[in-house]
Amino acid sequence: MESCYCIEPQWPADELLKKYQYISDFFIALAYFSIPLELIYFVKKSAVFPYRWVLVQFGAFIVLCGATHLINLWTFSMHSRTVAIVMTISKVLTAVVSCATALMLVHIIPDLLSVKTRELFLKNKAAELDREMGLIRTQEETGRHVRMLTHEIRSTLDRHTILKTTLIELGRTLALEECALWMPTRTGLELQLSYTLHQQNPVGFTVPINLPVISQVFSSNRAVKISPNCPVARLRPLAGSYVPGEVVAVRVPLLHLSNFQINDWPELSTKRFALMVLMLPSDSARQWRFHELELVEVVADQVAVALSHAAILEESMRARDLLMEQNVALDLARREAETAIRARNDFLAVMNHEMRTPMHAVIALSSLLQETELTPEQRLMVETILKSSNLLATLINDVLDLSRLEDGSLQLDIGTFNLHAVFKEVLNLIKPVALVKKLSLTLHLGHDLPAYAIGDEKRLMQAILNVVGNAVKFSKEGSISITAIVAKSETFREFRVQDFLPVPSDSHFYLCVQVKDAGSGISPQEIPKLFTKFAQTQTVATRNSSCSGLGLAICKRFVNLMEGQIWLESEGLGKGCTATFIVKLGIADQSNESKLPFTSKINENNINASFPGLKVLVMDENGVSRSVTKGLLVRLGCEVTTAGSVEEFLRVVSQEHRVVFMDICTPGVDGYELTIRIREKFAKSHERPLMVVLTGNSDKVTKESCLRVGMDGLILKPVSIDKMRSVLSELIERRVLFETS
Amino acid sequence: MEVGSMQRQWVQYIKSWLGEGTLDSQYLQLLQLQDESNPTFVSEVVTLFFEDTEELLNKLSLALSQPSVDFKKIDDHVHQLKGSSSSIGALRVKNACIAFRNVCEQQSAEGCLRCLQQVQQEFYCVKEKLSYLFALEKRILNAGGSIPMDLGS
Repeated sequence: MESCYCIEPQWPADELLKKYQYISDFFIALAYFSIPLELIYFVKKSAVFPYRWVLVQFGAFIVLCGATHLINLWTFSMHSRTVAIVMTISKVLTAVVSCATALMLVHIIPDLLSVKTRELFLKNKAAELDREMGLIRTQEETGRHVRMLTHEIRSTLDRHTILKTTLIELGRTLALEECALWMPTRTGLELQLSYTLHQQNPVGFTVPINLPVISQVFSSNRAVKISPNCPVARLRPLAGSYVPGEVVAVRVPLLHLSNFQINDWPELSTKRFALMVLMLPSDSARQWRFHELELVEVVADQVAVALSHAAILEESMRARDLLMEQNVALDLARREAETAIRARNDFLAVMNHEMRTPMHAVIALSSLLQETELTPEQRLMVETILKSSNLLATLINDVLDLSRLEDGSLQLDIGTFNLHAVFKEVLNLIKPVALVKKLSLTLHLGHDLPAYAIGDEKRLMQAILNVVGNAVKFSKEGSISITAIVAKSETFREFRVQDFLPVPSDSHFYLCVQVKDAGSGISPQEIPKLFTKFAQTQTVATRNSSCSGLGLAICKRFVNLMEGQIWLESEGLGKGCTATFIVKLGIADQSNESKLPFTSKINENNINASFPGLKVLVMDENGVSRSVTKGLLVRLGCEVTTAGSVEEFLRVVSQEHRVVFMDICTPGVDGYELTIRIREKFAKSHERPLMVVLTGNSDKVTKESCLRVGMDGLILKPVSIDKMRSVLSELIERRVLFETS
Repeated sequence: MEVGSMQRQWVQYIKSWLGEGTLDSQYLQLLQLQDESNPTFVSEVVTLFFEDTEELLNKLSLALSQPSVDFKKIDDHVHQLKGSSSSIGALRVKNACIAFRNVCEQQSAEGCLRCLQQVQQEFYCVKEKLSYLFALEKRILNAGGSIPMDLGS
C-alpha cells in the first residue's frame, strides 16, 4: 500500500465513526478469541465429538479473524510498517483458513444433518419399543393370571367353588365390572342365570336358548363380542346415562365322561354348553384386547375340564355310597339268613331228639316182642309193626335230615336185596288201606325183572310206597295198577323224558315203575309244582288231604340220587294220574343172598353173638348210665371195667382194652381232648383201643368233630342190646363205625 | 298170694307204668340185662339211681336257696339227673328235667324252684312205684318163683 502524503482532513464525524469501529473491532476480537476457548472447554468436557480436527480448523479460522480485527485496532491511527505487514500476513492467513473451512463445511454439514435425523429416528424407535415392552409385560402378567386362575379352579373339586372362583378370578385379572354364568336348565331349552360376580343372589331369570346371539356364541369356540343390550348381558339395572363397557361371551362346554373319546378330541360331541358373559367396566373406554380374549377362552376350557372332574367325583361318591348301602343291606340279609339257618338247625336238633325217643320205644318194644313166644299170626303182626315203624323211623330221619338231602351229603345205603319182595311188601302195606277205600290193587312184575338187586332198599321202598300211597290217597274209586319192568332203550323213547338216555350195562339195569290210578287226577298247571316241597295243590278234590307235599319232593331226591328220573302225567282233573319213575340198580349175583328186608342191621339168628372175654372200658360220669352200659356189655359177654372220671379213665386204660366207650355229652368232659390224649398214650395204632363215643347228639357237627379228632365210632344213646351187639360186631370187623341214624 | 298171681301182678304193674308213661322202654332193656348170672342187676342200678338223685336234689335245693343263684351249676346237676333218669327209663323224671333245663336257660329262679318241685314230685312217685315193685319181686323170689322174663302172657 502506498502511503499517501496528502492527508485529507478528516471530518469530525469520522471521529465518532472511528470510535465506534474501534470499539466494535475490540469486541469482535474478544468474541473471536473467546469462542474457541469455549469450544475447547466444552469439547474437553464432552467425551464424544468426532470432528475434532474440524474444530481445530474452525478455531484457527476464528483466532485469525480475531487477530485480524485486533490488529485492525492499530490501523485507525498512524501505524508503522511492521503493523501493516503483520496485518497483511494475518489477513492472508485468515483468508486461506476461511476458504479451507468453507470448503470443509461443504462436506461436513450434510453428515451432521443426517446424524440429527438418525437421532430422531432412534428416539421414535425407543418410544415404540417402550410401548411394546409395556404390552408384553401386561401379556405376561395375564398369562400368570391364567395359570393362577387355572390352579385355583382345578384345586377344588366342588362344582360351585369352581364356578365362583372362576368368576372372581377372571373379574380380578381382567378388571371386569360384571361377570356372569348362565347354565342350561334341565329341559335344555333355557339358560338360567346361575352365578354372578357381584350380585350375591342371582334372581334366576332365564332366557331361551334359541336366541341368535346365544347360538352365535355356542357355534364357535372363540370368545365373541356381543352387544351390551342383549338379554344375557343386561345384568345390571340400567342406571341413567352410562356407556356400558364392551361385553364378551364365551361358551363353556359341559362335559360328561363319555365325551373323553380319544378319536373325537378336541371336537366335542356334547351339545350342552353354559354361557359365560364378561363385561368391561362402563365409561372406561377400554377395549377387549386379543390376549384378553385368549385368556377368556383358555379359562373357559379349563373350567369345562374342572367341572367334569367335579361331576365324575360326585358320581363316584354317589356310587360308593350306594355300594355301601347295598353292602350293609346284603350283610343284614346274610346275617338274617344265617340266623334263619341256625334257627332251623336248632329246631331240627331238638325235634330230632324228641321224635326219635318214642320211635325208639316202639322199635325196641316190638323187637323185644319179637323175641318172645308168639303165635304165627302174632308174629306176622309184630313183624309188620316192626317194619312199619322202621320205615317210619327212616322217614323221620329223612325228614329231619332234609338239610343233608339238600346239601347233597346224603348217601344211599347200598346193599343187596330182594326186589320182588320189596314190591310184595309195598302191596302188603297198602292193601289194608286200599281195601277200606274199596280200591283194587294189582301188581305186575316184568318177567325179566331180576329177583335180586343192589341198591338202597329202604329208600327204594320208600319211593315206591310214596307213589303208590299217593295213588291210593287221591283215588276215591277204581283200580290202581303197579307195573315194574326192566327199562330198555325203547321204553325211554316212549316216555318223553328230556336228556335222559341212560345205557344199561353189564353191572346195572334200570328199573321202571309205573303206577296208574283212576282217581282225581291233576291239572296240567299243577304238575310242575308237585315236586316242590311244601307246595300244596289247591284243587278242590285234594283239599281234604292233609299232606304237606313233602313226600314227592323227598321221593324225587331219592330217585335222583339213584341216578333216575320221576315224572307224573295226567290228562286232567278227574282223569286219573300215572306216576312213573326209573332208577338205576345194580345187578346182583344169584348167590345165597336170602336176607329179608329190614333185617340188615339186626341178625335174624337170635344167638347171643357174644364177645367172650372182650375187654372193654366204659367211661361215664353218670353212675346210673355207667351201670346200665356195663350191664349191657356184661350181657354180651364182655369183661367190663368202668371209670367214673377222666383221670380214673386215663389211669386205668391199657393195651388190654380193645374198645373204650366214652360218654361225652356231660359237660366238663372234653371227649375230644381225651381222644387226643389216648392217641398220644398209645403210639402204635394197632395197640390202641378202639374209641367209641356214646352221645345223645346226632348232628353232623358232633359226628364231624369226632371224625376229626380220631374217634373210631359214634353211637347214639339210648342203646338197645341189639344195637350194642351189632355195633360191637361191626367195630371188631371193620374197626370203624359211625351210626348215622 | 301164690307165685303165679304175683307174677301176673308184676307184669300188670310194668305194663300199666309203661302205658301211663312213668317208665319207658329203657326199663325193659334193663330187665333184659338181668338173668341168672346177674339176678339183681336192675335193683342195683335202680338203687344207685335213687341215691344219686337224692343227692342231686339236695344239691339243687341248696344251690337255689343261695342269694345269687349259680345257674350253670344247676344246669350241670339237672343234666346229670336227666342222664341218669333216661338210663333207667324214668320217663317223667326225664321230661321234668328237660323242662327244668329250659327254665334254667332263661335264668329264672322262681321257675327253677317250680321245676325242682316238679322233678322231686315225679322222682318220689317213681321211687315209690319201683320200691313197691322190688318188694313184690322179693316176695316172688322168696315164694320160690322167678321174675318173669317177658311181658308176653
